[in-house]
Amino acid sequence: MTDITHIPARPIKWSTVLDHAILITGALFMLIPMLMVLQTVTTTDVQTIQNGPEFVIGDQFGANFHKAMYESSGFSGENSGTSMLINSMILGLGFALGKIVIGMMAAYALVYFRLRFATFAFWLIFTTLLLPLEVRILPSYEVAQKLGLLNTYTGLIVPLIASATATFFFRQYFRSIPEELVEAARIDGAGPIKFFIDILMPLSQTMIAAMFIIMFVYGWNQYLWPTMITTEEGMYTLVRGIKQITQSFEGTNIPEYGRANMLALIAILPPVAVVIFFQSWFVKGLTETDK
Amino acid sequence: MAQVSLENVRKVYPNGFQAVAPTQIEIKDGEFTVLVGPSGCGKSTLLRMIAGLEDITEGALRIGNRVVNHVDPADRDIAMVFQNYALYPHMTVRRNIGYGLKNRKTPSDAIEAKVQQAAKFLNLTEYLDHKPSQLSGGQRQRVAMGRAVVRDPSLFLFDEPLSNLDAKLRQKMRVEIKALQRRLGVTSIYVTHDQVEAMTMADRIIVMNGGGVEQIGTPAEIYHAPATTFVASFMGAPPMNLLDARLDSGQLMINGNTALMAASGEGEITVGIRPEDVLLHPEGDILFQVEIVEELGAHRLLHGKLADQPFTIYLGKEVAAQTGETRISLPPEALRMFDKNSGKAL
Repeated sequence: MTDITHIPARPIKWSTVLDHAILITGALFMLIPMLMVLQTVTTTDVQTIQNGPEFVIGDQFGANFHKAMYESSGFSGENSGTSMLINSMILGLGFALGKIVIGMMAAYALVYFRLRFATFAFWLIFTTLLLPLEVRILPSYEVAQKLGLLNTYTGLIVPLIASATATFFFRQYFRSIPEELVEAARIDGAGPIKFFIDILMPLSQTMIAAMFIIMFVYGWNQYLWPTMITTEEGMYTLVRGIKQITQSFEGTNIPEYGRANMLALIAILPPVAVVIFFQSWFVKGLTETDK
Repeated sequence: MAQVSLENVRKVYPNGFQAVAPTQIEIKDGEFTVLVGPSGCGKSTLLRMIAGLEDITEGALRIGNRVVNHVDPADRDIAMVFQNYALYPHMTVRRNIGYGLKNRKTPSDAIEAKVQQAAKFLNLTEYLDHKPSQLSGGQRQRVAMGRAVVRDPSLFLFDEPLSNLDAKLRQKMRVEIKALQRRLGVTSIYVTHDQVEAMTMADRIIVMNGGGVEQIGTPAEIYHAPATTFVASFMGAPPMNLLDARLDSGQLMINGNTALMAASGEGEITVGIRPEDVLLHPEGDILFQVEIVEELGAHRLLHGKLADQPFTIYLGKEVAAQTGETRISLPPEALRMFDKNSGKAL
C-alpha cells in the first residue's frame, strides 16, 4: 500500500483569468445600458434629472408603467402604449407570417415545378437582396399611396413581405428533402397542394421557426417604412412612438425619462420572448435529425 | 392482379441520352420478376417508367389490359417500395401506412382496420405509434412494405429495397419479401444490382445492360445457358470463366493447340465455363497456374491464369489446394461458346 499521494493545487492559469476578465468586461458593457433602463423606470423624471443614474431602486415603477401604457403621448390622444404595442404586434406577426408564407410558396414553385426559367427566376429574386427598402422607398411609397394604403395595416405590411431571404432559405431546405419522398407521395396520391400541406409544411417546422425568429424581430424593429406610411397617431408602432415622447427640455416640459425607458423596456420584451420560445423548438428540431 | 406488358418502350432524355432502348417485355400475372444489371444499365429508369415517375418516350405500357402511358402514378393501381424507404419522417407508422388510403378518401375505420391487419402481418403492431426515426432499418423496410400492401395493388414495384440493410438482415428480408409476395400473389417487379438477390427471389430474371435487355429467363436458364458473355460474366459469384478460343478443323482449341472438344465452324470464339464445372485432374491436359487460394469455409476459390488469361476454379472443402501448377480438365458438356465480337451465345 502506498501512501495517498499529495495532489498539488492546480496552478493558476493567468491566460484563463485574462480570458474571463475580457468576457466579464464585455458582458458588463452590454448589460449596463439595460440596467440603467431598469433603474430609470423606477424613479420619477425629476429625480433622474437631478441625480442622473443611481444605484437606488425607486418606487415609481407602477406609475411609470401606467403612464407609458395608458396615457397618450401625442395630440390626438390615440397613441397610448397599449395601442402602439398592438400595432407593433400586428406589424411583427404580419411581417413574419407573410414573409414565411410567400417565401415558402415561391420556393415550392422553384424547386418542385418544372418551370422554364426557374433558375433565372431564382437569381432574379436573389438579386433583389441588393435593393433594400431604402433604395426603392420613393417609388414604393408612391405605389402604396396611389393604392390608398396610407395609414392602413395592409400598407404597413404588404409592401414589405416579398422576401428574397426567406425564399432562398426555403429553397435550399426543400432541395435537401429526398426526391424519393416526393415520389412516394405521388404514388400515395398526394397532389401538389396535399404534398405541400401534409408533407412539406410539417417537415419544414424547424425552418419555419428559424425564419419566424429572424423575421419577427426584423419586422418589429421596422422604423423607416412605418414612419413613411403612417401619419395617424393611432397607427404608430412602439419603435416609432418612443421617438414622440419628450426627451429634452422644451419650454416648461421636462424630459419623460421614466415613460420613454418604460416603453423601451416593453418594446424589447416580445422579441426576447419570441427568441426564447422558438429557440428551444429550433434546437429540438436540429437535434432530432430524421429527415 | 395483372400482367404487365412493355411494347417497344423506350426512354430518351431531353439531352439525347437513351436510357432505355426499345424493349419488349411480357410479365405474367402473379410472377415475381427481377430486373438486374450493373449501375446505369437503365433498370431503375425502366421501373420508374412503369411506376409513372418517368415519362415514356415511345412505345406502349400496359398494366392489366389498360395502356397507362399517361395515367398518373396514383391511378395505376401500383405500390412501390423505395431504396431509402421514403417514409414520411413526421408521421407515425400508422399514418405512414394509411396515408395513401386517406388520399383515396377511404373511410377512417376502414383505414384503421387495414393498417391493423398489415401491421399484424408484418409484426409492426407494437410500433404503430412510433415515428420512423425510432425504428431500425429492417422495421422501416417493413413499414415501407406495409404502405405498399394496404393499398391492395395489382402490381408491386421494388427499387433496390434491401441495399441499405446489412448483409444478415438483407438475407432475412429477402426471404420475407418473397414469402409475402407468394402469399399475396401480386405481380411484382424487383430491381436490384445484386445477382444473388436476383437468383434467389425471381421467377424470371431480366438481365439488362447499357439500356437494353440482354436476356430474359428463369434463374436456371440465366445461370446455365447465358445468352451473352455479359450475362455469363455478370451472373454468378464468382462469374463464368471466359477464355479466348479457336475453332479449327472440327476442334475447339484453346491455348494454341489444346483441343477441348469436337465442334464445327472456323475462327476465333469465346468459350465459357462455370468455376464449379472445372475438374481437378492429375492427368488433365490443361495446365492451370494457381496464384491465390481464397478460403471461404464451405468451399475454396482458386484464382490464377490459364493460357495467360484469368481463370477461377470452385473447389469443395474436402479437396486440398495449394498455389502453383495444377492439371485440370474442362468437361465438354459444361462448355458454352460465344461469338467473339457480338458476345452472343453460339
